Amino acid sequence: MILAEKFDEFFSERIPSDTARGQEIQERIIALMEKYEFSERDVFSTRLALEEGIINAIKHGNRMDLDKTVLIEWGITHEVVKVVIEDQGEGFRMEDVPDPTADENLERPCGRGIMLMRAFMDVIEYNSKGNVLTIEKRRGSE
Amino acid sequence: MATGRRIDVEEVGDVTIATFVDRKILDENNIQQIGSQLFALVEEDGRKRIILDFSNVEYLSSAALGKLITMDKKVKGAGGKLRLCAIRPDIYEVFAITKLNKLFDIKDTQEDALQGF
Repeated sequence: MILAEKFDEFFSERIPSDTARGQEIQERIIALMEKYEFSERDVFSTRLALEEGIINAIKHGNRMDLDKTVLIEWGITHEVVKVVIEDQGEGFRMEDVPDPTADENLERPCGRGIMLMRAFMDVIEYNSKGNVLTIEKRRGSE
Repeated sequence: MATGRRIDVEEVGDVTIATFVDRKILDENNIQQIGSQLFALVEEDGRKRIILDFSNVEYLSSAALGKLITMDKKVKGAGGKLRLCAIRPDIYEVFAITKLNKLFDIKDTQEDALQGF
């Protein structure tokens, strides 16, 4: 377990590096936010960030290796939803992420994904190795 | 895996209007299919004036943005023009944050996009 705080509900799932399984987890987290009546805007932001974060873990972290897994933990209160995504890859350094607006990187989703997570979430942090992402959305924040 | 038409194609004069069918353009496989279907409009059908209508789209990921950028390049490379329209505010923000609102010619409505095309 990575998440240590107190939540009203807390879940932990380990999935193979399969984007369909990532989608399932995404839907569960979204359904939970809807149950806690987070706004459409909060749900939109979180869905976007989950998509980017989970895809990055599967594609860039685990390089789609089905022998590798992604651990996803999420907790919710009436004020906040927090998600931790851990892959089994080498990690990366933020400063090595290519500029997503440069021509040669236009088809590469990673830089732009991080940019979007930053814009839409309240917290986005990687651990020092770069294989554990924490994102957080507080209710009603912009 | 579901395969099928991911865009509805309609012609107004010599302008092609491609409307996304999906509400969520997130799934990797969907995005690949959308990419191939969009690129075919230029590469196989030789269409030069294309409007992409986003009215149905509620979610869009960065992987989808990559396909749109490639589409824009292909259309421009073929000497054509691409316009985007009917993008809801949340999605428009995705374009604005990634500065792609500067790259794409974006209009509010399909009518606006058809004007002077």
